[in-house]
Amino acid sequence: MSDNLIEIRDLSFAYRERLVLKGINLSARRGQVVAIMGISGGGKTTLLRLIGGALRPTSGVLNVDGVDMSHLDRDGLYRLRRRMGMLFQFGALFTDMSVFDNVAFPLREHADLPEEMIRDLVLMKLNAVGLRGAHDLMPSELSGGMARRVALARAIALEPSLILYDEPFAGLDPISLGVTGNLIRRLTDTLGVTSIVVTHDIQESLRMVDYVYFVSEGVIAAQGTPDELRASTEPFVHQFVHGEEDGPVPFHYPAPAYADELELAA
Amino acid sequence: MNNLLNSLRGIGAHVIDGIWRMGVATRFFLMTLLQSGQSFRRFHLIIREIFSAGVLSLIIILVSGLFVGMVLGLQGYETLQTYGSEEALGVLVSLSLVRELGPVVAALLFASRAGSAITAEIGLMKATEQLAAMEMMAVDPVARVVAPRFWGAVISMPILAALFSAMGILGGYLVGVVLIGVDEGAFWSQMQAAVDFREDILNGVIKSVVFGVAVTAIALFEGYDAPPTAEGVSRATTRTVVTSSLAILGLDFILTAFMFRGV
Amino acid sequence: MQRATLDLWVGIFVVAGIAAVLFLALRVGNMGSFDSASTYTVKASFDNIGGLKARAPIKSAGVVVGRVSEIGFDSNMYEATVMMKLDTRYKFPKDTSASIMTSGLLGEQYIALEAGGEDKKLVEGDHLKITQGAVVLENLIGQFLYNKSEGESKTAEPR
Ligand SMILES: Nc1ncnc2c1ncn2[C@@H]1O[C@H](COP(=O)(O)OP(=O)(O)O)[C@@H](O)[C@H]1O
Ligand SMILES: [Mg+2]
Repeated sequence: MSDNLIEIRDLSFAYRERLVLKGINLSARRGQVVAIMGISGGGKTTLLRLIGGALRPTSGVLNVDGVDMSHLDRDGLYRLRRRMGMLFQFGALFTDMSVFDNVAFPLREHADLPEEMIRDLVLMKLNAVGLRGAHDLMPSELSGGMARRVALARAIALEPSLILYDEPFAGLDPISLGVTGNLIRRLTDTLGVTSIVVTHDIQESLRMVDYVYFVSEGVIAAQGTPDELRASTEPFVHQFVHGEEDGPVPFHYPAPAYADELELAA
Repeated sequence: MNNLLNSLRGIGAHVIDGIWRMGVATRFFLMTLLQSGQSFRRFHLIIREIFSAGVLSLIIILVSGLFVGMVLGLQGYETLQTYGSEEALGVLVSLSLVRELGPVVAALLFASRAGSAITAEIGLMKATEQLAAMEMMAVDPVARVVAPRFWGAVISMPILAALFSAMGILGGYLVGVVLIGVDEGAFWSQMQAAVDFREDILNGVIKSVVFGVAVTAIALFEGYDAPPTAEGVSRATTRTVVTSSLAILGLDFILTAFMFRGV
Repeated sequence: MQRATLDLWVGIFVVAGIAAVLFLALRVGNMGSFDSASTYTVKASFDNIGGLKARAPIKSAGVVVGRVSEIGFDSNMYEATVMMKLDTRYKFPKDTSASIMTSGLLGEQYIALEAGGEDKKLVEGDHLKITQGAVVLENLIGQFLYNKSEGESKTAEPR
């Protein structure tokens, strides 16, 4: 068994003609929390969807747990996905089911377990995210942070070896944000899973992850451990870590010269 | 000249787009049928959908059926009376309901009540990534979400149409016999003499099954195909009602031409 | 909603649907009155059946005793052949006659059976000998006009 759960080499991906990822190299060690950071529209979600098998690479190598994702049929993909959990940005809880049934969903679909055992497992998972008491609420009765924690409980229901998080911190208040961050770290350590976290919350990431990749304009612009990045003098990383307005990532969207557009030059 | 070319090009693009969509819809429909096995093995999935498509449509179907029948009773009496044949009221009410109004009006109501709900529900599940989440849990949304809704709605439709017709005939009876005083014996016996089980009632049931399949397939596809935004879902919902109403009326013409030709 | 409540509602719904279909079949339709098991078929030929259709009622003394099951054309005799399904509860003599009538002035057409005097009864497959075809309104009017003009020319001639 190789040390790396995820191996990506020279991965490119295009939506129709538009090349979004151009030669990504990335690997994630087992048991680590790896962050994928970068500006919006940089291709982070696309990368996550490729790892989850929702998209197929245009070229390059993408290995997850030793399985080559580019030549996988549907059954193979579904088998692999039982070992993956994914946390969607807003939780994506099933709105017509209670919290309990949401967490029980993957168990009922995939494991032929007696109802009492499902009950025990569900309460265990909910307890792990601190929401055992909320098991008979409906998703509409949950706050954003709680919904994401329930979704996390659902994602770990089948005890996956890989959990993918798409922007788990977006739109959370500072307290929920800290809670979610700690939870990701703790679950990764106690369950022995590998976590890939797509985010643009730099401070929270630097606090809890093991390794960071910066995706910018379809390539890995920088990478390193949190300590290396904090110390980095590279302008792009510096701008990102310190949240400066202008730098290698410009404030202005590419446009004709201002004066031209206002027809001042005529 | 250029304008003409452009509008021709526009029409061409529309046609190609339409045909492409039809192809996608057909494939989706076949996938739904192929993935139906699980729904029948776990029948409670279908029962849930019979509840939301059928039971929740009961009130509107029963009330509309009663009123349509009562109006038929009144109007039919007015017309038949001028020929002195008001005893044929039962025939008029029952044949109109069993052959046409029952299946058609029930299906139209069903399209706007249950069809739009199905589209909105599936569209929202897509917009909020619930379908993508299901897929990531290695559960096929077509098998788990689409197929049970299809069968639940298709089973509900003929039941609703039969209830609509029965209520309508009771409505016609109430107005014709109880209120106006048409002879009760003649009302029922002429009806029984004129309404054939196979020709009229069974054909009406077949119609309602066909309408049920059409409405549900359209509603499911529109929801599944909707752009994942609030606007996209609301447009898809409107399209479901419009498209399935047109489909019902068009299919009704075709089926009627086949079924009641020469009788 | 609880699974049990849901099941109950759906059960009620399905039972109501079955009840509606039974109501339509037995009370509204003719399933209750005629059953193919208890009929016998006899045949009759007519020179003209007018607007008679399959499933038209067959009446005797005004009571519905059967239905037209099939209408065909005999290309040897150039006649219409009508198959009639009669209820086995009603027996008719062999020499019963059949005529095509219209209920009301513009109503639907039906076959009226007039019982004869023979002792032997009709059985499955029998052929009715005495028939009277439909009265076609156009022929009637034509005949009337013809008679009238003939009468007029007769009275006019002597002048
Ligand atoms: N389904 C799609 N079809 C075409 N282009 C897409 C699609 N999804 C995303 N894109 C484009 O790909 C680029 C990367 O998107 P995404 O991976 O969502 O970025 P991020 O998650 O980093 O914000 C964006 O420019 C976006 O417009
Ligand atoms: Mg994104």
